[in-house]
Amino acid sequence: MALNKRRFDALIIGAGGAGLNAATQLANTDARVAVVSKVFPTRSHTVAAQGGVNAALANVLPDNWHWHMFDTVKGSDYLGDQDAIEFMCREAIPTVYELEHNGVPFSRLDNGKIYQRAFGGQSQDFGGAQAARTCAAADRTGHAILHTLYQQNVRARTHFFDEYFAIDLIKDDEGAILGALIMEIETGEPLLIEAKATVLATGGCGQVYRTTSNAHINTGDGNAMALRAGIPMMDMEFYQFHPTGIAGRGMLITEGVRGEGGYLVNKDGERFMERYAPNAKDLASRDVVSRAIVTEVKEGRGCGPDGDHVLLKVDHLGEEIVSKRLPGIRESGKIFAGVDAAQEPLPVFPTAHYIMGGIPTDPYGRVIVPEGTGEEIVPGLYAAGECACVSVHGANRLGGNSLLDILVFGRAAGLDVLENLKENKNHRPMNETSVEAAMSRLTRWDQTGDGISVRELRDEFRKTMEDHAGVFRTEEIMAEGVEKLKALRDKLPDVRLSDQSKVFNTARVEALELENLFDTGIAIAYSALMRKESRGAHSRPDYPDRNDAEWMKHSLYFREGDRMDYKPVRTKPLTVETFPPKERVY
Amino acid sequence: MPSSVPLSEQLRWQCRRGMLELDFVLERYLDNHYDAADEAEKLLFKELLTAQDPELQIWILNGESHPRAEFQALINKIRGI
Repeated sequence: MALNKRRFDALIIGAGGAGLNAATQLANTDARVAVVSKVFPTRSHTVAAQGGVNAALANVLPDNWHWHMFDTVKGSDYLGDQDAIEFMCREAIPTVYELEHNGVPFSRLDNGKIYQRAFGGQSQDFGGAQAARTCAAADRTGHAILHTLYQQNVRARTHFFDEYFAIDLIKDDEGAILGALIMEIETGEPLLIEAKATVLATGGCGQVYRTTSNAHINTGDGNAMALRAGIPMMDMEFYQFHPTGIAGRGMLITEGVRGEGGYLVNKDGERFMERYAPNAKDLASRDVVSRAIVTEVKEGRGCGPDGDHVLLKVDHLGEEIVSKRLPGIRESGKIFAGVDAAQEPLPVFPTAHYIMGGIPTDPYGRVIVPEGTGEEIVPGLYAAGECACVSVHGANRLGGNSLLDILVFGRAAGLDVLENLKENKNHRPMNETSVEAAMSRLTRWDQTGDGISVRELRDEFRKTMEDHAGVFRTEEIMAEGVEKLKALRDKLPDVRLSDQSKVFNTARVEALELENLFDTGIAIAYSALMRKESRGAHSRPDYPDRNDAEWMKHSLYFREGDRMDYKPVRTKPLTVETFPPKERVY
Repeated sequence: MPSSVPLSEQLRWQCRRGMLELDFVLERYLDNHYDAADEAEKLLFKELLTAQDPELQIWILNGESHPRAEFQALINKIRGI
């Protein structure tokens, strides 16, 4: 049967904050825009972002985009590109006002201006007093933004392909991206979308780890598609973990629990944080607490039948205080772990939360790859949001900067696509060889016979990622992990689907997602093994210090041959002076 | 069974949400309770899945009452407490 085809000017893959803000820029123009999303758009993971968006509006306390820039460069542990960071901090202000004009119901001050709350890592006057920079719509900022942007696009008749799964990018012999092959999830039917510009906005990849706070949809689809198209991943070793997720499940237990007097114990009932951080104890920084928990488990002091977690105690506070001050945690414990925190301790383990690395782009969302001694733009391809790396977060991300990243660079990508369309009036000729390659990725799952199940291989892969490319990173552990992951990858061709039906076959989607998890996860493991220093979220006991002389550079992982390359950090901002590297002290 | 009552596999993708917490509770209900539920409960579950994520969060995770009382027994089962 002939492959169905559709033509659009722009194709946006992913309908979270980045994808929808890109689409919003194109919505009221003549451009024909397709947005492809594997779930209904307002079910994208942006909906889980409750914190807010940073912008130096100075509505509550004095503020300035330049101070915001300083905080972001410092927070990145000097790995962020300072031109991109200046761009983001300047653009934060018009981006938030544009959202306000589009209808996002930001919380307000009595004087009618947007309310702004203080978050960690925000300072006035380059490291001085606390700033208040985060704009929020009560505790549902992500949902409010998604809902508003979706409505704007529906009104502008953006063409939504809801519940379609993107299989692979299509490219020509010159490396230009021509669109993508997608599949309708309900029917299993493939569809070729030709586009003059394609934007990858597929979000994070937390599902590569066994314990993650990310939703099940976050499987690194865009990252893997880019890798298979020959595009490297940048700075993938930088993954942010939160120390207390519900063990084996991943749901976040807020730091506030420890702030209220909760503390961690091992199987002997010992308050082990006293050994790792004698002063701050359970309130030590996230990476210190995360590493301490994993060390306890590795050294045989973990709890439970498998000794694979520690316990977070709040029951000593008494039922009244737990009910009054920590009602949400009590509910979470009951629902997800079957534990009443007022009566017994909660099982916890570090949970994978956010990736700083991704598809390398410039500040206009254009995907860039190394060429000779420099770089070049991949014609027709853009990326924005958590799947991209522009890089504004460098080695660590500040609270309130992730929603900002997706909104600013989704917007920038949308605006650049508009310019691109003015110059490129025609579609490039289709490349049938590339279409066939993408189709074979789909038809491969029609193979029948005995084999390994998707779930079996996925569980083994995610556990290996957690044990060998997670919080605790030594040469020995990671080198062993890379070999294990390669051996697991060799088993992928042996995986078979037991259900070959085309209609409502969720297992087929999970198989395609498994391939994406492998491509993305191995990029993380390789990049982490090769970076022999500690910087930001990448912390190595065998290389405990930051090493600017050798490692103030971006990592690039290529899928073909599992090859690494590096490129310099862009330390020169657009208009202001460089912030030189300093020791990061808070 | 009338065609308006979906099979569990037809609802599995609708259980994919923007929040891990909702993924977990909805899939747990689908795997452990849906097939054994009566027709009325199955139709309620199908309808519940059309709600926005923050609404599901309030009813299922925060334990606030659903404005329509007929949903409460289903929501309690999904909460699994």
